[in-house]
Amino acid sequence: MAGSRREKNSREGEDKYSVLLPTYNERENLPLIVWLLVKYFGESGYNYEIIVIDDGSPDGTLQIAEQLQKIYGKDKIVLKPREKKLGLGTAYIHGMKHATGNFIIIMDADLSHHPKFIPEFIKKQKEGGYDLVSGTRYRGDGGVYGWDLRRKLISRGANFITQVLLRPGASDLTGSFRLYKKEVLESLVERCVSKGYVFQMEMIVRARQLGYTIGEVPISFVDRVYGESKLGGNEIVSFLKGLLTLFATT
Amino acid sequence: MTKLLEWLLCFSVVGVAWGLVTFDLLDLQLPPVYREVAWPMPVYLLVVFGCYSLATVGYRVATFNDCEEAAKELQGQIGEAKEDLKKKGLKM
Repeated sequence: MAGSRREKNSREGEDKYSVLLPTYNERENLPLIVWLLVKYFGESGYNYEIIVIDDGSPDGTLQIAEQLQKIYGKDKIVLKPREKKLGLGTAYIHGMKHATGNFIIIMDADLSHHPKFIPEFIKKQKEGGYDLVSGTRYRGDGGVYGWDLRRKLISRGANFITQVLLRPGASDLTGSFRLYKKEVLESLVERCVSKGYVFQMEMIVRARQLGYTIGEVPISFVDRVYGESKLGGNEIVSFLKGLLTLFATT
Repeated sequence: MTKLLEWLLCFSVVGVAWGLVTFDLLDLQLPPVYREVAWPMPVYLLVVFGCYSLATVGYRVATFNDCEEAAKELQGQIGEAKEDLKKKGLKM
């Protein structure tokens, strides 16, 4: 790591973690997730910033974010909004352009991912020098809350097919709670073309192709949204299409 | 090589070997027991794979951890967070 260009705000030897939070209509959850991030980062002592990428939420998410900025400071809460819903890949690219950390954490802003796991991600990354650390719901004491049998069956079934076809070397491919070295995320995002669930899968598959090392940390996923948004036929079909595309092209 | 090509290559190699033994294409005059075992192999392997898949997915669904405590902890922390944020001046 010696000799290469350093990010402005992470001094020689000090790591800084930029959390990317793409939001859309998260007026209720944003303050809560920020509070939890501040709590756990504060306790851990690591240097961090939270970059909120709001895609023109009509419910006033940005205004809440501005209030949070006043409470916690502009160096900790960075706002990089966009005008409309433009997709996750571009949100990451947009967020990374303004990130001053040398590590990037991606996660969902709806409280399904709990910041308490971030110190564990960091520890794991330091242990193995991993290029990326992925949260897994399927191994160790990882798991899910709020899923019925049907949802669990679809999840495990889809993951099984994915493991057989792609042999990706990671247990949870559709998960989106991950820690990346900044340059690793940059190089992956520019290579990935899929959307939705498949985008996260493609990131892992490409990471393997490029020889990046992947560590895993079991996480608990608390789904409070499932009741409202069922996993329907359309999503299953587009998942399978995406999977077959990855199978044929990687 | 893409995964698809790997699979096609693998199937081709195994398929050719199976064809050679089952239909004695190279006129090797192997003992009949080879033919008898090789002939039903594709169907047999497919059935074995099917059973393995069902058993594996079934096991994984049955042992899928339910994070009750995580949900409770989150609920508690949400309450704490709301209190604290109100004190700090957040208007929700």
